[in-house]
Amino acid sequence: MADSGAVHTIELTINGEQQTHNVMSRQLLVHFIRDTLGMRGTHIGCDTGNCGACTILVDGRPMKSCMMLAAQADGRTIETIESMGDGPDGLDPLQEAFREHHGLQCGFCTPGVLLNAKTLLAENPNPSTEEIRRALKGNICRCTGYTNIVKSIEAAAAK
Amino acid sequence: MNPDAKTLPYEPVEQDERLGQWSGKNVPRKEDKRLLKGQGAFVDDLWMHRMGYVHFVRSPHAHARIVSIDVSKCEAVPGVYATLTGKEVGELQEPYFQMAPEPGANAKDYCMAVDKARFMGEPVVAVLAESRELARDAAELVEIEYDVLPAVVDGVATVEPDAPIIHEDVGSNVGWHGVYDYGDVDWALESADHVVRIDRLHFHRFSSAPLECSAALVNWDPGTGVCEFQTNNQMPMFAAMFLGPAIGLGIDHMQFVTQDIGGGFGIKITSYTYLTALALLSRKAGRPVKWTEYRWEHLAASAHGNERTFLDIEVPVMSDGTILGFKLRAFDDAGAYMRYEPLGAVIWSQVVPGNYKFKHIHVDYTETFTNKCPVGPNRGYSRLQHLWMIERIVDTVARELGFDPVELRKLNYIQPEDFPYEAPNGCIYDSGDYHAMLDKALELIDYPAVRRRQEEAAGSGKRIGIGIGTTLDSGTNNFGQSRLINPELPFSGNGEAAFCKLDLYGEVTVTLGTTPQGQGHETTAAQVVADILGVTPEMVHVRAGYNKANHTYVGFSGTYASQFAVTGLGAVIGAAEKLRGEMVRVGAAMLGADEDDIELAEGFVRLAGNPEAAIPFIGIAATVFSNVAELPGELADSVSLNCRHVYRPPFAVPNSEDKTGQLTLTYASQVHAAVVEVDEETGAVELLDYAAVDECGRKINPQIVEGQVHGATGHGIGAALYEAFNYDADGQLLNATFMDYHVATSLDIPMLKYDDIERPSPFTPNGAKGMGEGGGAPLSTICSAIQDALPEGAHIVYDTHNNAERVYELMRSASLGAPRGVSVTSK
Repeated sequence: MADSGAVHTIELTINGEQQTHNVMSRQLLVHFIRDTLGMRGTHIGCDTGNCGACTILVDGRPMKSCMMLAAQADGRTIETIESMGDGPDGLDPLQEAFREHHGLQCGFCTPGVLLNAKTLLAENPNPSTEEIRRALKGNICRCTGYTNIVKSIEAAAAK
Repeated sequence: MNPDAKTLPYEPVEQDERLGQWSGKNVPRKEDKRLLKGQGAFVDDLWMHRMGYVHFVRSPHAHARIVSIDVSKCEAVPGVYATLTGKEVGELQEPYFQMAPEPGANAKDYCMAVDKARFMGEPVVAVLAESRELARDAAELVEIEYDVLPAVVDGVATVEPDAPIIHEDVGSNVGWHGVYDYGDVDWALESADHVVRIDRLHFHRFSSAPLECSAALVNWDPGTGVCEFQTNNQMPMFAAMFLGPAIGLGIDHMQFVTQDIGGGFGIKITSYTYLTALALLSRKAGRPVKWTEYRWEHLAASAHGNERTFLDIEVPVMSDGTILGFKLRAFDDAGAYMRYEPLGAVIWSQVVPGNYKFKHIHVDYTETFTNKCPVGPNRGYSRLQHLWMIERIVDTVARELGFDPVELRKLNYIQPEDFPYEAPNGCIYDSGDYHAMLDKALELIDYPAVRRRQEEAAGSGKRIGIGIGTTLDSGTNNFGQSRLINPELPFSGNGEAAFCKLDLYGEVTVTLGTTPQGQGHETTAAQVVADILGVTPEMVHVRAGYNKANHTYVGFSGTYASQFAVTGLGAVIGAAEKLRGEMVRVGAAMLGADEDDIELAEGFVRLAGNPEAAIPFIGIAATVFSNVAELPGELADSVSLNCRHVYRPPFAVPNSEDKTGQLTLTYASQVHAAVVEVDEETGAVELLDYAAVDECGRKINPQIVEGQVHGATGHGIGAALYEAFNYDADGQLLNATFMDYHVATSLDIPMLKYDDIERPSPFTPNGAKGMGEGGGAPLSTICSAIQDALPEGAHIVYDTHNNAERVYELMRSASLGAPRGVSVTSK
């Protein structure tokens, strides 16, 4: 039987707030976010790092939080879906574009897709359709067939 | 009128004339804001005080007798609350009700393996502990001794006499067998100018694999005896029908709650087995129990789509290309247990002739058991296998007899002027125009240009293929069709319930009996209610999700089988109209006016033509709820502003003797076209272009309709090229993670082209048809395109799944001069 392991103290910045926590060695970052912090917008869709539902930003880079231990977040800056959206309707322009262009259906993959797309647009404000499709490769969506996700990101880029 | 008609004439129904201001528009979805902000409530997001986490110990063998189970070391671990073994389940649970007649009905199905495991991944022990990690660790201490038995994994060979028997009580591996015979196929085969024979077609095993796995938080309250299931099961009343009697829970002692569901596609219908185990474990431990499937568990042991093999296909064809029908044997592989089956053995017959005028059809159908994961409904359930087979027939006939695939289709399609059209088994196709759709699909891919490109590609090492797929998405089942597989089953008709009320402060609130998984029910229901009550959709609060205790429901309630636009909205229309009627009566009394002069508009009940004489909704509500002495007693006694409606489609009970009747109410249709490029060296298939043309009656929210078409298309493309479950001969599933079960990514699915036509259904209260399953059109289309790309003399495309290796083998077969899987006899 695996050992539950030692406890580590980590200091990190979560959605702009500096926090200190004690975490078990084996705890996944995604479980830390969901269970310890109680922020449930980061989802889990697979066990192997393929689906991207757990995508968060670590020091501004999209990361699959099921592929990191909570202990590895020590000293890092983390952004989750809960940090997004302060427009008039509580949505930022990227989220608005997804609503306008029906870029989501069940909404389970959506937080991970949004954080990934946010990074893409920050680095490449006018991506081509092919660049968007390539950037989304790590985010599985089983509802939309991706077409409207791509259109939503194109629309957000054009805003 | 057709003198042979079995069910026509079928009367058009009255349609609600108030629909139109909001219905039909792209209203932004009410669901989106919470989902975009990560504020949805999915089951795994829920938590309860004192809850424990469940981990299942599963059989590593496909077929094995369970000799002994020892949980003592596991239970001794501090923090482990309880265990539940299959042996205990055998004492605590009655076997589930079986829909098959005997001998299939003799199969004993429990929520966990009781005496033997019948598929790899079948749960054998459940462990409950204080954390997910501890439950998983402690589960490793469970000691199980197995006596491994030979396994059978082939859905056809399983009926051979030497195959190991999976259910001894059944006596064979046949779950159900029946013959469907319409017209006179033997006459047709004798009379035809050509008979095309196809040896074998195989529809492979895959799953639409929703991104959210199955999950539940279950609490059997020892005080009240009520067991609450917070779950993403997508058809809770169906689940209740199985699990309630199995563990002695009355319907009012089962509470089902769901808010947001991360996709379902049918795969989450049969999770009632897990709900049963969780209920027993909660009762035993005296705690709420939470279980969230790991992805590998979902892929190995939730449900798979039906795998079907068609053998000895004979197709009579006249010299002008008229196809008279077909004769074949079908073997449907149900896996280890029939958990929704054998309904699949009849549901395909909603689309007996596909989109074609075929009159003479004979299907000898066998549902079999194998040592594989049980099947469950999967997007396009049971019809897509049959429709794919028909499209393979049409393309094969075109190729073998030298007909143009477009012209052959147009010749054999049901003609636009023939609707409503009665199929050979009495099913009535409500409306459609496949010819117009095919023209649009070909236009979208610029058919003449790609035909030229195909010629130009010759000798380049790349082969171009153009494919067409014509399919149906039949919706709003008549559950009476279950009697075609078992005349004793007490099911018929269909229906859905909704509730619409005016609350104390004048808010309009709607609750549904459905369990949406991304289809936007909150939005479309609000559009309909807004039209009827003269408000905006923003002013209509449709409660998210489903809660059995305060939503209304019928036995058919749930979200499945392409029907919400008809059954769900039919119920919403009825409830809103009842509420409107009450508001008109109260308003007329308050204004001292005639009811006929009252209108509802802009949030007021008012006198038509006199905007001054208007009562806001709050005035109506306040009067009825808290100033009721102002109303005449008779009126006060007869209004509640709480209105329930059950929509009931006008079905009769089908004839189980000759297997005829109206089995479903609406027939949405799809014509897809694709262009593929096949690499001659590797067999790799690239999709160069893809177009989907859809018809689903009057659309309530066109953007949602288009989104459903995209989604169904994505699943079909994924299944055709990437997604296939691979079992080895011992019944080991070789690809049970997303590492090796490759679900389609954004790079695998091209930007989809879309168009539609609208042919309102005469049989539904809003002209809409159910849609969303999509008929598996991409499977037909991509196989058609690959076939078109193959060299002369190649074996026909015989499988739904065509990875590079299979396509390479098909191309190579041309140079080997091997059998092609097809032959033609001509007069």
